[in-house]
Amino acid sequence: MTEAALGREAQTSPAPAEPLYVLRGVGYMYSGRQVALDGVDLEIWPGEQVALLGANGSGKSTLLKLLDGVVGPTSGTIRALGLNVAAVAAGEDGFRFHREVGLVFQDPDIQLFSATVLDDVAFGPLQLGLAKEDVRDRCDEALAAMGIAHLADRAPFELSGGEKKRAAIASVLSLRPEVVLLDEPTASLDPRTKWVLVDLIRRLGAAGRTIVVATHELDIVPRIANRVVVLSEEGRVVADGAPALVLADRDLLVRANLIHEHLHEHGATAHSHFHDAIDGHHDEGARDA
Amino acid sequence: MTSTGAVRSGEGRIGWLEQTLGGITANIERAIFTEQHARSNGWLQRRDPRAKMVGSLVAIVAASLTSSVAGLALLYLSTLAAARASRVPFGFFVKRVWLGIPFFAGIVVLPAIFFVPGPRVFDLAIGPAHMAPSWNGLAGAVLFVSRVGVSVSLAILLVVTTPWADVLKSLRALKVPQVFVLVLSMTYRYVFLFLHTANGILLARKSRVVGRTTGGEQRRWITGTMGNLMSRAFKMSNDVYSAMLARGFGGEVRTYTTYRIDAVDCAGLAGVAAISLAAILAGRILP
Repeated sequence: MTEAALGREAQTSPAPAEPLYVLRGVGYMYSGRQVALDGVDLEIWPGEQVALLGANGSGKSTLLKLLDGVVGPTSGTIRALGLNVAAVAAGEDGFRFHREVGLVFQDPDIQLFSATVLDDVAFGPLQLGLAKEDVRDRCDEALAAMGIAHLADRAPFELSGGEKKRAAIASVLSLRPEVVLLDEPTASLDPRTKWVLVDLIRRLGAAGRTIVVATHELDIVPRIANRVVVLSEEGRVVADGAPALVLADRDLLVRANLIHEHLHEHGATAHSHFHDAIDGHHDEGARDA
Repeated sequence: MTSTGAVRSGEGRIGWLEQTLGGITANIERAIFTEQHARSNGWLQRRDPRAKMVGSLVAIVAASLTSSVAGLALLYLSTLAAARASRVPFGFFVKRVWLGIPFFAGIVVLPAIFFVPGPRVFDLAIGPAHMAPSWNGLAGAVLFVSRVGVSVSLAILLVVTTPWADVLKSLRALKVPQVFVLVLSMTYRYVFLFLHTANGILLARKSRVVGRTTGGEQRRWITGTMGNLMSRAFKMSNDVYSAMLARGFGGEVRTYTTYRIDAVDCAGLAGVAAISLAAILAGRILP
C-alpha cells in the first residue's frame, strides 16, 4: 500500500500549539426551524482521531458539513485552520480551505459524480491547477492506497458498495488533505469490507492525518479513534473523552440512544440487559419480577 | 367486472408501467453501460477517441453530401471493414441498423415517392384518386434510406467501440464547451441511478399492494412518485454540488485526459478523408 497517499508530506511539527478547529456555541437549523445542532463547543487538535457518536438525526452529518465548510453555522462561530468557516461557506478562501480538509460523504453515489473512477479521483487535483503528470501521480497513489488501482477506468455504477466507498475515499485522498472527515464510512457494508475499511482509516490516522469519523457503530470506535465526542438526539455535545471511558458509561450511551436496555423474564426473576454492537449482551444483574 | 377482475386490471396498469421502466433500464444498461465491445481489443478500440469522433463526423458529412448510391456503398463497405477489424459481431452490427432504419426512414420518405415528378412506375386509380409512384421518387427514397443507414452505422460503430466516458470527453475535440461535456457526463452517471430508484419504488409498491386500487388512485400514485423522484433528484443535485465544492470546485470545469494521437490515428484519419472525398466525387461523376 502507498504510504505517501495515507500520510501528509513533511509534517514535522512535534507539538501543535493551536487547535485546528475551534467551535463556540455552534448551532444549525434546517429550513429555519428544524434544529440539527445546538450550542456545540468543541476543539479539534492536529493529528487527533475523533469518533463523532450519535443516534440517527443527532446532527453528525451536519457537523461534518460544517467542519468541511460546505455550509456555515446558523449561530455561533467556527474557526478552522485560521479561517472563519462561515466566510468559507460563503465562498471566501474556499480553495485554500478545501486543499486542507476533505469530506467523504455517507452516500458514495453523491461523491462519485464523474463518468469513471479515475475522473472522480482526478477531480480535486485538477481544481488545484496541477500539471497532468502530478495529477496522475496523485491519482495513482490514492487508488493504490485504497487498493482499487484496477478499477480506475470503471464507471462508478459498476462498482460494489465497498468499492464505491474506497473510490470515494480515494477521491478525497488525492487532494492530500490535512483533515479527513468521514461520514458513516462503514454503513451498509458486509463485515469483511467493513473491517478492511476500518483498517484503512486506522492507517490514515497512524500516518499523521487528523481524522473525524461520524458513526453510530460502537464496535469500530476503539480501532479508529483516540477521542470520542457524543452528540445527544437534540444535537448537543454530551460527552467528550477517551474511548475507553466514554464507551464504559452505559447510562450515557443509553441516553444518547447508542445502546438500549430491556428486560428478560426467567420465571420469577427478571434480568435487565444492555444491547450494543461492541460485545453484544451485558448482564446488569437480576431483580425480582 | 368482478372484484378479482378489477384487481387484475389495476395490477395490469401498474405492471405495464413497471415492465416499461424495467425494459427501458435493461435496454439502456445493455446498449450503453455494458460497453462489452468497447472493452475488446479491436482496431478501432485502440484508436484515439478524438480521432474516431472527428473521422466519424467527416464520414457522416460525406454521406450527407454524396448523391450517389455507389458513394454510399463505398462508405458502408469501409464501415463494415472497420467493424470487422474491431471485432464487432457482423450480425449484431448489421441487424441493429437495418431492422429499424428502413421502417422509420421509409415512413418519412414515403409521401415524396408519390409527389416527385417524372415517369411513373404504375398508375393505380382508386375512384377519383390516383396512386402513382415515380421512378425519380423511388430513387430518391432509396438514396435517403441508404444515407440514413450509413450515417447511423457510422454513429453506432463509434459508440460501440468507444466507452461512453471517452465519447463525451472527445467532444472537446470539436470545441464543445467544457461545462456542456461535464453536464452530459453527469447526466450519463445519474440517469441510470434514477432509473434503478424508479424501479425500486415500483417494486416496493408492488410488494405492499394487497387490495383493489382504482384508476384514480393509481394515477395519483404515479404522479406522486414522479414528484418524489423529482424531489430526490433536486436534493441529490444539491448534495452533488456540495461534494464538488468540498473538493475545491470553483466554477471552472477541468477534466483529465491522457489521450495521444499517434501515427496510426493520423493514417486512419487520412484514410477516412480519402474515402469521404471519393464518396462525394462519386456523386458528381457517376449518374
